[in-house]
Order: sequence, then C-alpha cells, then structure tokens
Amino acid sequence: MTPLLEVEDLRASYGPVRALHGVDVAVEEGGVVAILGPNGAGKTTTLRALTGMVRASGRITFDGHRLAGLPTERIVRLGVAHVPEGRGTFPALTVDENLRLGAYLRRDAPAVRADLDRWYRVFPRLAERRGQAAGSLSGGEQQMLSIARALMLRPRLLLLDEPSLGLAPLVVRELFEVLGRVKREQRTTMLLVEQNANLALELADRAYVLEAGRTVLTGPAAEVKTDESVRRAYLGY
Amino acid sequence: MGRFLQVVVDGIADGSIYGALALALVLIFRSTGIVNFAQGEMAMFATFVAWGLHDSGRPLWLALLGAFVLAFLGGMAVERVIIRPVEGGRPLNVVIVTLGLFILVNALAGWIWGFTNRGFPRIFPSGTAGLGEVALSVESLGIIAVLLAVVGLLWLLFQRTKLGLAMRAAAQDPDSSRLVGIRVGRLLMLGWGLAALLGALAGVLVAPRLFLDVNLMGGVLIYAFAGAALGGFDSPLGAVVGSWIIGVTENLAGTYVSAIGADLKVLVPLAIIFVVLLVRPSGLFGVAEVTHA
Repeated sequence: MTPLLEVEDLRASYGPVRALHGVDVAVEEGGVVAILGPNGAGKTTTLRALTGMVRASGRITFDGHRLAGLPTERIVRLGVAHVPEGRGTFPALTVDENLRLGAYLRRDAPAVRADLDRWYRVFPRLAERRGQAAGSLSGGEQQMLSIARALMLRPRLLLLDEPSLGLAPLVVRELFEVLGRVKREQRTTMLLVEQNANLALELADRAYVLEAGRTVLTGPAAEVKTDESVRRAYLGY
Repeated sequence: MGRFLQVVVDGIADGSIYGALALALVLIFRSTGIVNFAQGEMAMFATFVAWGLHDSGRPLWLALLGAFVLAFLGGMAVERVIIRPVEGGRPLNVVIVTLGLFILVNALAGWIWGFTNRGFPRIFPSGTAGLGEVALSVESLGIIAVLLAVVGLLWLLFQRTKLGLAMRAAAQDPDSSRLVGIRVGRLLMLGWGLAALLGALAGVLVAPRLFLDVNLMGGVLIYAFAGAALGGFDSPLGAVVGSWIIGVTENLAGTYVSAIGADLKVLVPLAIIFVVLLVRPSGLFGVAEVTHA
C-alpha cells in the first residue's frame, strides 16, 4: 500500500542558508508519525515546505498529488491542515469565528455546525469562551483553538508543529490526551513535530529523527524509544 | 436654534460624503497597510463616467449604476495590475505608486473630458423638509440616509457573511488565512473594488453640491483623511464618526466664527489632523500599535 504522504529527498533553503539537505518521511493513512530532532534540525521547515510556505525541491506526494510548487491554499484544499508554530490563530476574531474559518472550504453547512458542537464538547473551555477574542485566551487555550480549527477542515492529514511549546506540563498532558482521542475516534492521520520526545513517541506509531536537515533514523515508535542514541539525546535517561 | 440644527444636519451630510471616502481609505489600509492617495482621483474618474453616461442620454439611475460597476471593476484591476507587483516591498515604494496613480488618473480624466467645469445632475430633490420651524435640506437628509444604509450593508457583509469573515481574516493575517484555504489575493482585489465603489459613491454625492471637474475630490480627500485620522485609520466606525465630527465642526466654524467664514474653513480639518497626530495618534477608535523589539 502506498502511503498517504510520501516525502523524498526534500531540500529547502532560507535565502543562502540551506535548511534541508534531503529529508525522507512517509505517513500511512490513519497513522501518526512523529518527527524528532534538536533545534535547527529542520523539523519546522519540513512542515512549512509541505504546505508551500517555504520554497522547496524534492518529491512530495500526497494522495497521488505532487505538492511541491503548489500554493498553500491549493494544498489546504486537498485536505492538509497545518497547526503552525505560534498557533496562527486570529487574535482579534472570536473563538467561534476562528473555528468557522477552519471550515472555510467546506460547503456542508449542517455538518460544519455538528463539528462545531463536537469540538466544543471536546474542548469545553473553548465553548465557554466562544464569543471572546482569541487574543484574550491563555496559551494552552489558544493551542487548543488552533488544533480545533485545523480539525474543522476534516483534514485527511493534520500537521502539528510543536504543540507543547511554551505550555505548562499539566496543559501539555491534557492536550496530548485530546490528540490521542482524536487519533482513536477520528482516525485522523497526523504528522507531529515535537520537542517533547516522550509524549510524541507515546502518541505516534512511527518516528523519524532529523539532524542538520537530514533524516538520520526511522522506525516504529516503540523501537525508536529504545534506541540508545535517541534515549540519551531526547528522552533524558 | 432652527438655524443651528440646519447647520448641524448639513455638517453631518458633508461628513457623510467624507465618510464614504474615508471608509474606502480605511478598507484598504486595514487589509494592506497602504494609504491609497489616488482614492479621490479614482472617485472623480467614476463620477465623470456617470456624468458622461447621463450626458449621452441615459437615465440618471442607469448612469450611476454604470459608474459604480465600472468603479468596482476598475478598483480590482488597479490592485491586480498596479499594486500587487509592489506589495510587500518597502512602504515608500507603494506610496510613490499611489501618488503616480493619482497623477495618471487625473491626467487621463483631463484628456478624456477636458478641464472645464460641468454641472452634475441633482440626485435628490432640492427642496426642504419641514420639521416644525426647522427646514432641513432634503438633499442633506438623503445623503445621510444613503451613508447609513451603506454602513449597515458593510456591517452585514463583514459581520454576517462567510466572505466578510474571510476578508477580516485576510486583513489580519494573510499567512494564517492561506492555511485555512482562503485565496488572499482575490480578497485583496475585492477589497480594492469595494473601496473604489465607496469612493464613486462619495463622488456622485458631492458632485451636485460643487462643480464637476478633474479637481473635484481634492478637498474631499483632505477631509476624508482628517476623518479617518480622527476616528482611527483601522476602524470603519471611527472613519464615519470622525468624518461626521469634521463635517459638523467645519460647518459650525464656517457659520459662527466670522474670522473663518467660507474661505478658511478648509483649515479646520488640517488643524484637527495636526491635533490628533499630536495627542492621540491612533485616533478615537483606533488601536494603538504595539511593536515588539
């Protein structure tokens, strides 16, 4: 079976600085894949290249479509939702407006309303604040809003960029519990970039380790977890 | 008392005309951070189109409709062809481009229609409406009603439709908007089209009160700037309220302060722009910009 997303020899640069030197990643339909690696390894750049926010070369195949070179909004139209680093919510718009924007491309209004209710049940704190400006939410609430907004698209592939960044440990726990629920109940395919390797490997089926813009290691999450070098570098024991 | 009320209503009517153009300026500023100096000239051009259509025998309503449609399409074309290539560059480049557009449109209008004054047909009847002992100009009341209707429609568009929500999102954060699938470029074009339409409205409302010539909107643009600066350049509501304050102040000063009179009343908006920039640069309704170091 061909994977839903297949990335081969992905290269990208910011001006003269090469950020990616050949990244390979594959994500099976319904699977959750984690990308680990130190700061500056190219994790965020990889995700940004996938949604056309960074110019990149190499092969990106998603569900039979070549993504490299397509504009962002076309890639989103194919069913790729991206929760960017820094959340990318609209601070001056209300929580409700942010969520409805997530479903901007959908034409099935009744189902959109049903999804809205569903995510308000999953994230009750967003429901309490549905009329408030997104900018007035706490960091954790904004991250939940960003994820819920991405899910409003009913994406075929959900890209998550450092969802735990800057959040208190308790909030991070809660967030990953919700992501686990989304994986079980919606069977949403996810590609997750995360500094917190412990949590990421708990959620993921497979993992890739990036170093200096290259894929250096890959395997099932359970195996990567026990890999000597990964344990020392990212798991801290 | 009756006279005072008349002056105030006339002032709100003038302010409504400035407000339509100020709304156009604010609409573009909010979505692109660009102050379109050519907004007034584009409005003048559309007003000439309405005049030309009417002069060649079309009924007034059709002439106005034709001018509005052309303004809308023209505004979109200007964004796509002239503004898009310099967007995202240095702010000064865009300023120069809109100034160049100002001169271009002005010269083009002069080349097509000449530099003589034309009388523009009245849109509203010229009588007065009695309200007890107060006789208010029907035209002033009509202009105010038109602006209120426009503000209501814009509110519905931006607050109650998916398109309006997407336009607000695109104005706030283009990158995040693309990530939810919004075609930001198209909405920018639409915004410029809407702004040009509002400008054309200001043009055809002011033209019957003045003479139509290529410098029709010069004064109006200054008043609209003053209104937008007073209300806050990023607030549509502020643009309208600010323009009303400008219109009323200008008319009151022109009527009651004999030293100012009709000749010097253009100083009023300039003084207001100056004081606002000094005391409250973000305007009455604007949000002060916070920049991170």
